[in-house]
Amino acid sequence: MTALTLTNVNKSFGEVHVLKDISLEVEEGEFVVFVGPSGCGKSTLLRVIAGLEDASSGEINIDGQQVNLVPPSKRGIAMVFQSYALYPHLNVRGNMTLALKQEKQPKAVIEERVASASRMLNLEEYLDRYPSELSGGQRQRVAIGRAIVREPKLFLFDEPLSNLDAALRMNTRIEIANLHRALDASMIYVTHDQTEAMTLADKIVVLRDGRVEQIGSPMELYNNPANQFVAGFLGSPSMNFLPESLLDQGSDTLGIRPEDLFLSDDGPLSAQVSHVEKLGGDTNVIATVQNHSVTARLFGQHAISEGQDLRLGFAPEKAYRFNADGQRLR
Amino acid sequence: MNKARHNPLNTAAMHGALILYTLIALFPVFVILINSFKSRRAIFREPLALPNADSFSMIGYETVMKQGDFFLYFQNSMIVTVASLFFILLFGAMAAYALSEYQFKGNLLMGLYLALGIMIPIRIGTVAILEMMVATGLVNTLWALILVYTAQGLPLAVFILSEFMRQVSDDLKNAGRIDGLSEYTIFFRLVLPLVRPAMATVAVFNMIPIWNDLWFPLILAPAEETKTLTLGSQVFIGQFVTDWNAVLSALSMAILPVLVLYVIFSRQLIRGITSGAVK
Repeated sequence: MTALTLTNVNKSFGEVHVLKDISLEVEEGEFVVFVGPSGCGKSTLLRVIAGLEDASSGEINIDGQQVNLVPPSKRGIAMVFQSYALYPHLNVRGNMTLALKQEKQPKAVIEERVASASRMLNLEEYLDRYPSELSGGQRQRVAIGRAIVREPKLFLFDEPLSNLDAALRMNTRIEIANLHRALDASMIYVTHDQTEAMTLADKIVVLRDGRVEQIGSPMELYNNPANQFVAGFLGSPSMNFLPESLLDQGSDTLGIRPEDLFLSDDGPLSAQVSHVEKLGGDTNVIATVQNHSVTARLFGQHAISEGQDLRLGFAPEKAYRFNADGQRLR
Repeated sequence: MNKARHNPLNTAAMHGALILYTLIALFPVFVILINSFKSRRAIFREPLALPNADSFSMIGYETVMKQGDFFLYFQNSMIVTVASLFFILLFGAMAAYALSEYQFKGNLLMGLYLALGIMIPIRIGTVAILEMMVATGLVNTLWALILVYTAQGLPLAVFILSEFMRQVSDDLKNAGRIDGLSEYTIFFRLVLPLVRPAMATVAVFNMIPIWNDLWFPLILAPAEETKTLTLGSQVFIGQFVTDWNAVLSALSMAILPVLVLYVIFSRQLIRGITSGAVK
């Protein structure tokens, strides 16, 4: 059973065509991440799925039922917002129960769902507090709890971690992954952070300028990108792109991941080091090869300093070839 | 905390300036109050002296109580002010919400049209308003005043409130929509509490001119049973003789209710309930 099917969905704001012919499927229990640079339409797509924006054309099916004309509250979805969007005049319990009261659920059901959600999120001792009395991480958990109690067919997350600091972001990311395992629910998650996309997703949808660039599992996209954009967007540091003039490989552009470059005395690339980032476990070397910046990620610690000349090599089978339009040549 | 605030000299100067301003602003009120408790002769002999055993007199208040139905005037003023403020805030907020939240054809033009009233003084239309009130039979009713004051206050209210409504987080409204709240519930339960400081500002801005207005009560509702406080006090001011005791006593009493309303609204201004809704 598919949890969500989009068929040729388009969205225009006046003259501006924001979403172009988007078709995709989300399987039951799948964790799908929409990722792309800002302005690519990923949040708009999420809002169209939620029903907060109407699609200009195309069909949206949730759980086998067409929902184009169904209001957000009747679509069987729950959404977690970037800014939490907690109701300031209600305490944590009130925030979590509002939607259920609106649905006229019996009291016992409400009690039970709030109890289990707050147990899952460690919110039990905060149930009587107001949003203004909670920290950022706690507010985010309340927002997630508010989504859980509705037991939706589809969870929608709109950049839920971008307001949290780095340490909290990692913890919450793991919590969301655990939550997905525990609930076994279908989830759609929007982010511009490729680390979140890689670590959380069963399936990643890469968007650019309102178009789907590629859909696949994280490793599929990493190992087998369809084009230069996807190749450059996923992976950190991002892939090096070298023009044909540097290395004759029968393509317009050659892409090599920083982790596939290694020091080699007879390597084909002669580089001058411009900057070194020593991370302990890894060393990132940023070097120039004939006016092109190249990043190499070397495992372990290396005594390399700025201004030094070195030669870099790579295994030819690990290089990606792209034509002038950025399409992958295989 | 910045450095300037820690410097005792700066603090003293700041407080000095504020205290001076407060004294200047309160001085006329103070003079009215003390003189309302003095005999007529004492008022003119030493206007700035405090009432003492010799000069103390309640004659002004007695005159006010005897002449005309002062409590009725009071009640009229109160009804007109409170009802007008209620309608200004209700309709102003609703119009502002529609303008800021919904995209529809002519949205911008409608906003400009509603704001136009800020620049055109309503008194220009007095004759037309009077004709309209006569035609509808509303002359000498409090409704005439309430309607006129509501119309007078709406443009600025819509203008100020729509600016504030635009700042209310879209996520919050959308969360409400996903949770199944109706647009009315979202407006009344989520948006209005968040723009409460702006509502209080609008209320304070509108309250004083309405309470003090002499023009429209004089023209639209001069009957005995619909007189407002300001209009009622005018009986003591004559072309040749003015009963200063009575005028000052009436003014002293007129200050009180405005003061109470102001305290209510200004408490809303400083309430920090909005924090924590969105980061």
